[in-house]
Amino acid sequence: MTARTATVPTARPVDRPAPRIPRRGAAARLWQASPLTYLALVLAIVLSAFPVIWAFIIASRSNDAIYEYPPRPGGQLLDNMSRALANDDASLTLGLANSVIVSGVVTISVVFFSTLAGFAFAKLRFRGRNALLLATIVTMMVPTQLGLIPLYLLMVRLGWTGSLQAVIVPFLVSGFGVFMMRQYAASAVPDELIEAARVDGCSTWRTYWNVVLPTLRPAASVLGLLTFMQTWNEFLWPFIVLNPDTPTVQVSLKILAAGYYNTDYVQVFAGTALSIIPLLVIFLLFGRQIIGGIMEGSVKA
Amino acid sequence: MTVTAGAETGPGPSRRQRRATRLSRWDIRFSPYAYIAPFFLLFAAFGLFPILYTLYASLFRWRLLDTGHQYVGLRNYRLLFVDDRFWNAMYNTVGMFVVATIPQLLVAMWIANLLNRRLRARTALRMGVLLPNITSVAAVGIVFGLLFADRYGLINWLLSSAHLPIVEWRLHHWSGWAAISTMVDWRWTGYNALIYLAAMQAIPRDLFESAALDGASRWRQFWQITVPMIRPTILFTVIISTIGGMQLFTEPFLFAYGQSRGGAGNEFQTISMYIYQTTFERNFDVGLGSAMSWLLFLVILILAMVNFLLVRRSVKGEAR
Repeated sequence: MTARTATVPTARPVDRPAPRIPRRGAAARLWQASPLTYLALVLAIVLSAFPVIWAFIIASRSNDAIYEYPPRPGGQLLDNMSRALANDDASLTLGLANSVIVSGVVTISVVFFSTLAGFAFAKLRFRGRNALLLATIVTMMVPTQLGLIPLYLLMVRLGWTGSLQAVIVPFLVSGFGVFMMRQYAASAVPDELIEAARVDGCSTWRTYWNVVLPTLRPAASVLGLLTFMQTWNEFLWPFIVLNPDTPTVQVSLKILAAGYYNTDYVQVFAGTALSIIPLLVIFLLFGRQIIGGIMEGSVKA
Repeated sequence: MTVTAGAETGPGPSRRQRRATRLSRWDIRFSPYAYIAPFFLLFAAFGLFPILYTLYASLFRWRLLDTGHQYVGLRNYRLLFVDDRFWNAMYNTVGMFVVATIPQLLVAMWIANLLNRRLRARTALRMGVLLPNITSVAAVGIVFGLLFADRYGLINWLLSSAHLPIVEWRLHHWSGWAAISTMVDWRWTGYNALIYLAAMQAIPRDLFESAALDGASRWRQFWQITVPMIRPTILFTVIISTIGGMQLFTEPFLFAYGQSRGGAGNEFQTISMYIYQTTFERNFDVGLGSAMSWLLFLVILILAMVNFLLVRRSVKGEAR
C-alpha cells in the first residue's frame, strides 16, 4: 500500500495525454471534430450564455423600453446599478458586503478543516479510519435541507437569528471537502515526504503545516473556489434565518425582486447583474481550475 | 508504523528526552482524531442532529412561537395523508423532477460526447457549458421569471412572432413545470456534461478503435460502449439529481415572484415550498412541517436505493 501510493508523486491531470500519432485512418477519424461538432457546441454555449447576457441587457435599459423587442442594450447600466445599490429596502450594498464576509469565512474554514481531516484520512494510521471515512462519504448524501426546521429552532435558542453567525457556523465543514482533500492527499503527498519530516523531528502539526498543506495547495484552492461560489449562492437558509436588516446578497435580491418587479424591473435586473459579477470574475480568472476540480472530484467519487 | 522510528532512537534517554518521546507518542496516537474531530462534531451538531430532531418534532403538536408542545403520535402524518395540498406538492415535485432530469441527463451525455472529441479551444468550450452553473439560483429565478413573463416575456414574444398562441406560464401545471424545468436544466446540464466527460475520458480508447474497425457506427458505439462504461457515473448523477430535485425550492419560489404558494392554485408548489409555507408563513406549524420533511427524506432514500439497485442489477446482467 505504502509503496504503491508513493510511486504517484503528483495528482494525475484530468486531460488525457497528447494523442499518439494515429496508426490507422479509421481510428484517427474517430476523434476528429467535424464542423457540426463545433456548431452544436457553439449553440449549447449560446444558450448557456444568453440569459446572463440578457440580464445585463435589461439592466442597461430604462423602464419604458419594456415592450421593445428584440431587446437592445441601453446606456443606463451604471445608473440602474447605483439605484439598486442605494435601495434602502433591499440593502444590496450591505448584502454584498455580508456575502463577502460569510463566503470568505466559510471558505477559509472549509479549506482548513478539509485539508486537516483529508491529511489524517490519507496519511495517518489510526483505529477506525476506514469506517470513519465511509461515514464522511455518507454525510455527503444526507439532504441537510430537510433539517432546516430544527436548525431554525436551534438558532432561535442560541439567539442567532438575524445575525451572520447563523449562516456561517453550520457550514464551517463539508464532507465533500474532506473527501476531496483525502483523495488528493493520497495521490499527491508521497509517504517518504512525511516520513522524512518525522525523522527530522516534526510533530504531526508541523508536518501538516509545513509539508502537507503546501503540497495540497492546488486542490485546496479549487475547493476554496467551489466553496466560495456555493456559499455566495446559498438562498433558502439565509432567507429563513436572516432578516431584511442583515441580508446576504441573495436575500437582498429576493427583496428587490418581490418589491420592485412591477414598478422598476430594470433596477431588479441591475441588482441581479451586480450579484453575478463577482462570480463571473472568479470564473473568468480560475475557470480552468474549477473545471479540473469538478471533473477530478467526480472521477474519484 | 515506520513513522514512529524517529522518536525511538537514541540510547539512554534523559528525562527530557523521555518526555519528548511521550509527547510524540501522544501526538502520533491522538492527532489523527483531533484532526477529523472538528468535521464530525460540527456535522453532528448542525447536520445530523437537526435531521433526527425532525423525526422527533414531527410527533408533536408544535407551533413555532409557542413555548410548550404536546405529543400527538402520528397525528401529523395522518393529517398529511388526507391533505390534498400535500399530494399536489408531491405530484409537482416528482413531476418536475422527471420532466427536468431525463432530458437534462441525455443532453448532458450528448454534450459530453461532443466535448470528448479532439477539439480546439477546449477550455473555452468547457467553460462555456459550465457558465450557467456558476450563476446564482436567485438570479436564475429572476431572469427566467422575465423570460417566461406573460405579457412582455421573451418566450411569448417569440411565440406571437411565430403566430402561435401565447402561454400564461403560471396558470397551468404543465406550463409552470416546463418553465421551471428549463431553469433547472439550464443550470445543471453543463455541470453534468463535465462529469460525464470525465468518466468518458477514462474509457480505454482501443475499445472504440476496434469497434470502428468492425464497422460500428458512432451511434452504436455511443450506446454499446460509452453508456455501459460510464454507468456508475450515470448512477452518481441520477442520485445527486434526485437529492437536489426532491428539495427544489428557489427556482419555483422566485418564478412565483417570491411567493411560496407556487401559482394561484399551487400549480407549481413543491414540497419544500409547502414545508416553508406551513412552518414559517401560514400556521407556523413545526410539527406538520417536520412530518413533511421526514416523509421527503424517506422518499429520497427510497428513490436513491431503487436507483442503486436498478443500476447494479443491470451492470450484473451485463457481466454475465
